[in-house]
Amino acid sequence: MTRFTRLIAATLATSLSAAALAGPELLNVSYDVMRDFYKDLNPAFVKTYQTKTGETLVIQQSHGGSGKQARSVIDGLQADVITMNMPPDIDALHDKAKLIPENWASRLPNNSLPFTSLQVLIVRKGNPKQIKDWSDLVKPGVQVVMPNPKVTGNGRYSYLAAWGFALKQPGGNEQKAREFVGALLKNVPVLDGGGRAATTTFMQRGIGDVLLTFENEAEMIAREFGRGGFEVIYPSLSVRAEPPVTIVDKVVDKKGTRKQAEDYLKFLWTPAAQEIAAQNYLRPQDPAVLKKYASQFPAVKLFTVDEVFGGWRNAQKTHFDDGGSFDQVYAKK
Amino acid sequence: MKFKQASVLPGFNLAFGYTIVYLSLIVLLPLSALVIKTSSLSWAQFWDVVSDDRVLASYKLTFGASLLAAGLNLVFGLLVAWVLVRYQFWGKRFIDALVDLPFALPTAVAGIALTTLYAPNGLIGQYLAPLGIQVAFKPLGIVVALTFIGLPFVVRTVQPVLQDLEAELEEAAACLGASRWQTFCKVIFPAAMPALLTGFTLAFARAVGEYGSVIFIAGNIPFESEIVPLLIIGKLEQYDYVGATAIATVMLAISFALILVINTIQWWHSRRHGMRK
Amino acid sequence: MHSMQATQRSVATDEPRWVRWSLIALALAFLGFFLVLPLFSVFAEALRKGWALYVEALIEPDAIAAIQLTLIVTAIALPLNLVFGVAAAWAIAKFDFKGKSLLITLIDLPFSVSPVVAGLIYVLLFGAQGWWGAWLMEHDIKIIFAVPGIVLATVFVTFPFVARELIPLMEAQGTEEEQAAMVLGASGWQLFWKVTLPNIKWGLLYGVILCNARAMGEFGAVSVVSGHIRGMTNTIPLHVEILYNEYNFVAAFAVASILALLALVTLAAKSWVEWQADRQRALDARMATDQ
Repeated sequence: MTRFTRLIAATLATSLSAAALAGPELLNVSYDVMRDFYKDLNPAFVKTYQTKTGETLVIQQSHGGSGKQARSVIDGLQADVITMNMPPDIDALHDKAKLIPENWASRLPNNSLPFTSLQVLIVRKGNPKQIKDWSDLVKPGVQVVMPNPKVTGNGRYSYLAAWGFALKQPGGNEQKAREFVGALLKNVPVLDGGGRAATTTFMQRGIGDVLLTFENEAEMIAREFGRGGFEVIYPSLSVRAEPPVTIVDKVVDKKGTRKQAEDYLKFLWTPAAQEIAAQNYLRPQDPAVLKKYASQFPAVKLFTVDEVFGGWRNAQKTHFDDGGSFDQVYAKK
Repeated sequence: MKFKQASVLPGFNLAFGYTIVYLSLIVLLPLSALVIKTSSLSWAQFWDVVSDDRVLASYKLTFGASLLAAGLNLVFGLLVAWVLVRYQFWGKRFIDALVDLPFALPTAVAGIALTTLYAPNGLIGQYLAPLGIQVAFKPLGIVVALTFIGLPFVVRTVQPVLQDLEAELEEAAACLGASRWQTFCKVIFPAAMPALLTGFTLAFARAVGEYGSVIFIAGNIPFESEIVPLLIIGKLEQYDYVGATAIATVMLAISFALILVINTIQWWHSRRHGMRK
Repeated sequence: MHSMQATQRSVATDEPRWVRWSLIALALAFLGFFLVLPLFSVFAEALRKGWALYVEALIEPDAIAAIQLTLIVTAIALPLNLVFGVAAAWAIAKFDFKGKSLLITLIDLPFSVSPVVAGLIYVLLFGAQGWWGAWLMEHDIKIIFAVPGIVLATVFVTFPFVARELIPLMEAQGTEEEQAAMVLGASGWQLFWKVTLPNIKWGLLYGVILCNARAMGEFGAVSVVSGHIRGMTNTIPLHVEILYNEYNFVAAFAVASILALLALVTLAAKSWVEWQADRQRALDARMATDQ
């Protein structure tokens, strides 16, 4: 028993001393699908920062469902920076805990969006159900797999994309959009708890004819499952996915890591980082980099949540809070 | 009557005191935080949250699926316990040991493994799909996961009772001309009844709160395959802590009631047992 | 003796052969579909791309960190619940007092509390917005999103296991032996170490084994309080989830198979414990008849 206790003590001591020896640590709290991007980006930044200042940074990553991750930061997870897949998750840091100022988005270029993405339709090889656009998703017999809009950002983007599509059709209005999204959800057999779980359901379990997800996820699917099993369909109109980043002021001021954290996020806008984003199929903001990778980013007509839904707070309240349009679709059954 | 009956044995104060302090710190205090958080709602607000149509539908699903799973375990648990106690066959020890597997396997892994098997393209699912039976992503999948989770309980509570059952009773029944089936119904089954009930309630109580395995195998469609713990998560996504705790408090009250029922059954049984002695 | 009983039973009170075999077949089919196949599929998936990848998944630094963390958490949670289980069982089984069944019910409660709720309650207490969050922040004490929070959640989830195993056992044993030892002048601790402990050691060990298995495998509650910091606050089950979400299925199942292996080792240990206990009982019985 004593030997065992000593072993534990030794393990604890080594892990503590290891932490003490390295330079300042930054914790980047992020969401599920950003792993691959930051896996590539962090070493590049650490290297650049070292040549610039001589300081060796250690960057810790935390990944999980975006809402849950934001909640962990609100509840005290000591994140220096937070990188989410939609602005409301970062707004919550201000609204619920005053961890950041209200105008956080204006502190970095492009409204703090270092890159963007969009919702695409993923179909099985050869497109057997001839799915070309959102309107094909409501046809009888078509099964659609998407993550749960109630608990995931990915699902919310798809929901809003379909809603916006219906709204912008000739003669489209609020009522028609509601009916369209209702018909779409009737074709959804599984609402997974996360974007990655939805992909697994579609690819591994063979459920559904269409998967709704981010454009950059399509590339991840190709890398992991092979390119032979599916096709990416770009709809005639889609929503711009806006994954924002910010430093968490209260945490960096307490830890004394503001300078490092700010540099880390600013690095996202450098050509090197923009290239890493493009390589991970995230649409870069830098026009030069975008041009270089133009072949992998087909031009798609996009709308933003601000344009069509009057901002994220409004969209969240009307559509996804309890009693919102999503709940109403199911309540009517 | 005094709080404690006299005894010559030492250590009551130490043991009892430690039990109460530790119980309070680890269980009661945190759970009271839940109740206190909920109490910031008025009764009307509380009632609105916990009696919403969608919440009611998920109670129905959670309790219905748990009941079904516990029922399945009741029947098959008795069967498995019977076979393990009464018959000899090859591999019996291994099977006996395997019954505890659901205790040890992490629920998420169990959920993923069961989904892999019962999906329409899975090892088992592919044979069910042509028959029009879909298990994974349907309420039936939830029943499968909950059956897995609750499997050890009935087996492990009934096993010792069957082992201790005196052969004389059955022989006497046989001598009096009872058929084997009559003996089972009139002699064996009543003796195993309290243990069966305990096992059933334990399996049921465990199933009601289960999350990790269900989330992978359920379709999570509102009003169809959405369990109560998922609704709690949904509330948290909106930063609605109070709404989440309100539903959690209802679940807690139900859990408490269930466990109280189990303990009453056991108490009642041990009294009867004691009296027979 | 044993064989005689068996033959007696077969004459008067056994089922026809076909009933016997169909019951066995039915039971095995049920267990096959619900237990053996899931277990098999974990290993099949883990080894789908060969041993090399399997081993690679296990010696990857994040996997090792997760294994270490799980061992540390279990090493703290287990003794805490062990001491509690013995104390609670001593008070409940050896003494009569008012409110006993309420106390037992409260001890059982964590068993049926949803893991989601189990995590949530600690956030309500120790989270930045919780009861003591501000104070803890001020004093720079980390509970949730750090090892202490994971330990607390694990302790909560495995709370009843040892006590639940010991209470009926110690109740069945009664207090005669202890009372006799008291008359012979044993002190309290001598009584416990020399009389009670030897009587309950197998039950205790079984409780510890179950508690250990559950502690290492807990997912839901730990997930809420972990913070998911890679290589730091991920336990084995959380690491499995992360790998699964990275579409790294082989590695996910490989790491999961450690837990499945743990389950099998646990089961083997349990069988051994039961076998030892049986042997002990037989030995005691023989000694009793010899005398």
